[in-house]
Amino acid sequence: MRRSRLMLNVRLGIKNLRLHKLRSFLTMLGVVFGVSSVIAMLAVGEGASKEALEQIRKLGSNNIIVRSVKPVKEQIREVRTRMSIYGLLYEDMERIAGSFSAVRRIVPAKLVRQEGRLGARTLELRVVGTTPEWFDLVRRPLVAGRVMTSTDNGQRRGVVVLTEHGARRLLATEGTIGQPVRIGGGIFEVIGIVQSESGFGGDIQTPDQDVDAYIPLEVARERFGDIFTQRTAGARIRERVELHQLIAEVATLEEVEATAAGIESLLMRFHGKQDYRVSVPLALLRQAEATKRTFNIVLGSIAAISLLVGGIGIMNIMLASVTERTREIGIRRAVGAKKKQIVGQFLIETVVLSTTGGLIGIGIGLLVPWLITSFAGMPTVVKPGSLVLSLGISMTVGILFGIYPAFRAADLDPIEALRHE
Amino acid sequence: MKTTAAGATCAEACLREVCKVYRMGDQEVPALRGVSVEFDPGSFWAVMGPSGSGKSTLLNILGCLDRPTSGRYLLQGDDVGALDDDTLSELRLRRLGFVFQSFNLIPQLTVEENIQLPLYYLGWEPEKSIERARELAAKFDLADRVGHRPTELSGGQQQRVAIARALANDPSIILADEPTGNVDSRMGGEIMQIISELNRSGKTIIMVTHEPHIAAFARQRLYMKDGAVEHIEEGR
Ligand SMILES: Nc1ncnc2c1ncn2[C@@H]1O[C@H](COP(=O)(O)OP(=O)(O)OP(=O)(O)O)[C@@H](O)[C@H]1O
Ligand SMILES: [Mg+2]
Repeated sequence: MRRSRLMLNVRLGIKNLRLHKLRSFLTMLGVVFGVSSVIAMLAVGEGASKEALEQIRKLGSNNIIVRSVKPVKEQIREVRTRMSIYGLLYEDMERIAGSFSAVRRIVPAKLVRQEGRLGARTLELRVVGTTPEWFDLVRRPLVAGRVMTSTDNGQRRGVVVLTEHGARRLLATEGTIGQPVRIGGGIFEVIGIVQSESGFGGDIQTPDQDVDAYIPLEVARERFGDIFTQRTAGARIRERVELHQLIAEVATLEEVEATAAGIESLLMRFHGKQDYRVSVPLALLRQAEATKRTFNIVLGSIAAISLLVGGIGIMNIMLASVTERTREIGIRRAVGAKKKQIVGQFLIETVVLSTTGGLIGIGIGLLVPWLITSFAGMPTVVKPGSLVLSLGISMTVGILFGIYPAFRAADLDPIEALRHE
Repeated sequence: MKTTAAGATCAEACLREVCKVYRMGDQEVPALRGVSVEFDPGSFWAVMGPSGSGKSTLLNILGCLDRPTSGRYLLQGDDVGALDDDTLSELRLRRLGFVFQSFNLIPQLTVEENIQLPLYYLGWEPEKSIERARELAAKFDLADRVGHRPTELSGGQQQRVAIARALANDPSIILADEPTGNVDSRMGGEIMQIISELNRSGKTIIMVTHEPHIAAFARQRLYMKDGAVEHIEEGR
């Protein structure tokens, strides 16, 4: 009985609101914007932390990543050949491994762009010269065949491990393992295929990770050397980079940041210039938190102001409605309605109004994160909880700003109200 | 709910030295000056008198919409002056029915929903309440109008809806303030037929009117003047 009575009240509320469609809609706008801001805010924040967590998971939370970076004030060592020399050195690997007891393993990566060829098919590959530990540290599960071994490295075998995507594009449906693939000048035997990385790129140096080809570091060194030629704006720039990346695995999470700082100063001492960057996946989380905070402040303020203005608008309209419907209130009281029933009726009407605004706001709020993702490229995640929260907020606004008009209605003198024109 | 005060023996509605004073700023307007009347169960009263004589004020007090400034009003054993707002609402809901000059139907609601209004506050199940409303609508020749809005009806029809609403909760007393004031004389006659029929079925009727031929339907006529009872006339 209580439920059906509430339903009747809700239906009556909807009826009254539909009587003044435009007015009701305009009144709702504040709540609409408020609620959509709340959802957008939570979606952006959630997206930022999810992305960070994703990267941490991918890069390994105990890993420290050191990348070669071309210094801003580029020093051209050999003017005649216009060659810039920078980046991590083969020695750096031993230096780091030898200096920090916390570093359990260290994996190098030498990156070379080369065309891969199999029969008539060609594919631009990012050749990664590395050691077998790579596959443990970046946690790439094996799909077929095997990963490289230290023997492959030691004996400088021409073997290559492809990613699933690369394999599909290069090998097509032909037999997978054992195919001879021509990379650069030499022939490499495909020994294994690892899972492709999905989602947001963990390695920022190249966005397309799908066409990685992993070969032993020693082979990469021997076949491709350390000098790369880049063509930029007509000029040929030659660069000498030994290693593009080092991943150091630290024994415990607590030691990660201290070790990263240690590596930073160690490299500084030997390099004398900032031609590397040390990054810690954990720092990504800090960054995400910062993004989240900024968005929370901006969108939170928009939400709060919208909701306040929306609430005041609702209160204003409800006060007008009480005046318009004075006679109705008098009739209800004469028939036998108690004050609290009048309060209930108007409060439900206000809540219906604000909740409708909230529902529209949720609709828009779902659209906004989508727009942010597709136009600004920012990851967003809409959690069901944020929808529930938004609905709760809009209901609360209705109750908060509906109380005063509702009590005004209930406190009318029935006789006066009946006489009202 | 029997809270009968000592010495009070009154079956239906009794006014004992009831005064009502309206305060307007620092001015006092006496609307009723010591009215004592006993309304018996099943009686049919017409309240008459010049404009401003206190007829509506009297009816509002009888209808528990207002409390006496002094004196006592006993309604079926309850001393109305001592009751709180919620209890007065409860009395109106269970024992009284109102019929107004200007019908006072809620324009947003259909005929059916208007008739159901007291039942809604009584907490009836919707199915039972709709059934009751249809029954009453049919009784007053409104069966084909249940889904209409009040504004789509004639004055006479609207007043019949108002009467149906007043009867929905099956009250023992019907209070009517100039029920024929806003309808033509033919319709007025029809409405008085209905009200007389209600009285014959046992309801106590107290009706304010200016028109002698309407007052002629009642069995007792109460003449008011300057907030006091001038005289009471018995018989038709
Ligand atoms: N709310 C009020 N405030 C002040 N004075 C009032 C109020 N209501 C009624 N009065 C006064 O009380 C007196 C009686 O009013 P009441 O409405 O009862 O008269 P009535 O007999 O119903 O008149 P009518 O035939 O014109 O309807 C009048 O003098 C009126 O001005
Ligand atoms: Mg009057």
